[in-house]
Amino acid sequence: MSIEISAKAITPIRLSYGNLIERFGDKRPPSRYQEAVYDVQPTAHFHYRPLWDKEHEIYDTSRTAIVMEDWYSFADPRQYYYGTYTIARSKQQEVAEHNYSFVEKRALLDDLPEEVRQSVRDILIPLRHIEWGANMNNCQIDAMGYGTTICSVAMFNAMDRLGMAQYISRIGLLLDGNETTSLDAAKKDWMEAPEWQGLRHAVEDMFVLEDWFELMVAQNIALDGLLFPLFWDRFERKLSENGGGTIAMLTEFMSDWYKETVRWTNALVKVTAAESTANNELLSEWVQKWVTRLSEAIAPVATKAFGPDGVSELNEVKEELLARLGKQGLSV
Amino acid sequence: MAAKKLNLRKRYELLTRGMGWETSYQKMDDVFPYDTFEGIKITDWDKWEDPFRLTMDAYWKFQAEKEKKLYAIIDSFAQNNGQTNLADASYLSAIKLFITGVTPLEYAAHHGFSHLGRHFRGEGARIACQMQAIDELRHAQTQIHTISHYNKHFTGLHNPFHQSDRVWYLSVPKSFGEDALTAGPFEFITSISFAFEYVLTNLLFVPFMSGAAYNGDMATTTFGFSAQSDESRHMTLGLEIIKFMVEQHEDNLPIIQRWIDKHFWRAYRVLALVSAMQDYMLTNTPMSWKEAWDIYFVENGGALFEDLGRYGLKMPKHHELATAEAEHLSHQVWSVFCALGNATGFHTFEPSEEKMAWLSEKYPNTFDKYYRPRFELWKRQKAEGTFEYLASLPQLCQVCQIPMIFTEVETDPMQISFRNTKYKGDNYHFCSDGCKDVFENEPEKYVQAWLPVHQIFQGNCGGATVPEVLEWYKFQPEDGGDYFDSLDYRRWQEWHGNAEAAKTGS
Amino acid sequence: MTDKKKNTAFLIVQDNEDARPIIEAVEQDNPEASIQYEPGMVRMECEGSLIVKQETVEALIGRDWDVQELHLVLISLAGNVDEDDEKFELSWG
Repeated sequence: MSIEISAKAITPIRLSYGNLIERFGDKRPPSRYQEAVYDVQPTAHFHYRPLWDKEHEIYDTSRTAIVMEDWYSFADPRQYYYGTYTIARSKQQEVAEHNYSFVEKRALLDDLPEEVRQSVRDILIPLRHIEWGANMNNCQIDAMGYGTTICSVAMFNAMDRLGMAQYISRIGLLLDGNETTSLDAAKKDWMEAPEWQGLRHAVEDMFVLEDWFELMVAQNIALDGLLFPLFWDRFERKLSENGGGTIAMLTEFMSDWYKETVRWTNALVKVTAAESTANNELLSEWVQKWVTRLSEAIAPVATKAFGPDGVSELNEVKEELLARLGKQGLSV
Repeated sequence: MAAKKLNLRKRYELLTRGMGWETSYQKMDDVFPYDTFEGIKITDWDKWEDPFRLTMDAYWKFQAEKEKKLYAIIDSFAQNNGQTNLADASYLSAIKLFITGVTPLEYAAHHGFSHLGRHFRGEGARIACQMQAIDELRHAQTQIHTISHYNKHFTGLHNPFHQSDRVWYLSVPKSFGEDALTAGPFEFITSISFAFEYVLTNLLFVPFMSGAAYNGDMATTTFGFSAQSDESRHMTLGLEIIKFMVEQHEDNLPIIQRWIDKHFWRAYRVLALVSAMQDYMLTNTPMSWKEAWDIYFVENGGALFEDLGRYGLKMPKHHELATAEAEHLSHQVWSVFCALGNATGFHTFEPSEEKMAWLSEKYPNTFDKYYRPRFELWKRQKAEGTFEYLASLPQLCQVCQIPMIFTEVETDPMQISFRNTKYKGDNYHFCSDGCKDVFENEPEKYVQAWLPVHQIFQGNCGGATVPEVLEWYKFQPEDGGDYFDSLDYRRWQEWHGNAEAAKTGS
Repeated sequence: MTDKKKNTAFLIVQDNEDARPIIEAVEQDNPEASIQYEPGMVRMECEGSLIVKQETVEALIGRDWDVQELHLVLISLAGNVDEDDEKFELSWG
């Protein structure tokens, strides 16, 4: 048999799965991202109603007030499916692991000025509880959400938040030679200190939100949009200016993570708002509500972190957030 | 200061406990509204012990390593047209059933575990469930990616998710997954992690994947074994959760036993499809269904339940029947697919002479006596051109949704096993005592079942004729029917230089 | 009950280069174990319990070995799991 014949014989009969041909045509093979996320979730003929929620089907578009003609309109700009996601995070963790070991081996945190160490204890370590809450909230978005392009990203986000809660815990352990002094103190602050109660109250209220898309806005857009720039960027820089540059080695994961993650929240907001005026109004209302409430809740922590400049730092971050969301089409 | 050395156990504890808190602005029962209604009593979630202690950094590291290896093999398989090295193209029927039947179940498991990952009250249990949730997403996605190359070269693989929601035999796995998803969190985890993963999943993944290796299917073997490394964690979670629940409160035992009985039987019925994959669809079979059942259920399952005996747990109800059925199951399932082969999304075929000899050897009590004659008859009829597919739609069991094909194996293996019960004036039919029991414990649930055959009769599936229904399934004309009349067969012959067979069919 | 045969604990790993030292370590540390090569995989089983020791694997490969690296080649197991820094053990009570 000649080579041409065998090459001809091995011509594919199609280039793609049927759902992807319907969406994108059959001119070229789809990407792995497209294969992995489009139309994977069941949409029809559910056999039984959930015993734990008899008002809804297992997958149900009416668990949010947001309405989409096609729940797959949204695509993750990072094109994360499990493989690309874990490989990306694995590279980041390798750098983080190197940094943490380096800091530990040389006991670099012992050399920090005491005010910096105390600031880390007071401001950064309690954030592990916020990350833990974010883990729960993103898990909820995955469990109640609709469409694999959104739900799979929420799943990855949930695991990221667990990872970051663990990194923050390690900073606490590094401060105390693997004793839990800082972790215990941070928990006590989170539970009792007046400056944290507004935030804890808001996070607990998020836990009982009925609408998963509102939860998305409250957690991943409003809370993260205020908190990450304020504490993992501006506050970290303040620590560096005061001789705490080493801390930046331990928080790089968080600041990189946020820069990356903003891409998908922006895309999500843009697509959802562009779908309809009703969506746009609803999103804008949620943003307004949660940004207002959360800035008030963060204000006492910001003051503790930055002193008298805290409120203006927070306001700048808030303006940046609203401007960014305005660019995605929201009226805020 | 000199840092205290942390061992794995202690380090894991510090990185997974104490981040959660007792809420006070909202009631804990409102934050975790779903973990009490089933009646399972948990007095101390802190007693939860994690068998594996993977922090996220380790998880990312190891999983990325696995993914890199897997995708390297998938790429090289595609670049080298690895599909031409299979034992035979008829083997693809197993892969077609796999992606339409099993892959959607992986996604269902993902969904269920993310629900538990949010809604179990205990921190450790939540993390374990989240890891499983993301793993299950992995399995669905790696299966789609691996089988993508086959989809380019073979029929019947092009619309797995659309079909999973509609096709008559795919409601078997779909309804099982949804049965678990619609249950409370403790029942879900008992179903998926224990009954399915621990007790039965080895039957799917170990001999079947080893079978894929045996038939030259490097791609499937690779994703299968790669998934199994996660599966080992999942199985262990299944065992831990059972022990945890029974240790927490004595009232939990009867509830758990009832769930084990139910989900063992539900999951076992789903695996009836796997028995046909194992014995008939694999061209060369390293291990028969019966052999696999003996090792992985009778022996290993026996060891497991002996160990659980100290908690008062017993072997699942009707396990004796499942073992008695092991000599019949694959033959009965493959027969019904052959008889309805014009309405399947994969090719059916009578076993070759060689395969029949193998079946006789592996099933000395049953194959020659009960099943060989029907395959020989169909083979003859096909040669003479008199073969006809079944003209009528089969009646389905209300619970497992498999056609009524199972027989009274313990008394009269030629007698179809029929059971029925009346509920609120309507009559419901079952394939077995196992399915009837499941129904009678929760009739309100199972009367809701979306039974594909009923739905066809009610006109909800595209039309009243077979071609209309198949079109609604998005089956293409070349997807079903006899393998030797198929496009897959003709292309396979072309690839292997057999021009005559390629033109004319067999 | 004393002379009753204990149930079989088993560990199945992929048949590849990464698994070789693990298999060898199991052979060394569990003289009673039976090792079966099946298509694509290796099944190691032993009455009562089966152990993989970090020390043994490290001696075989001449580098540090994290017990959790076992996850990269694991296919299936039976028995109660006990994993720590130095060992991975499966056992039936």
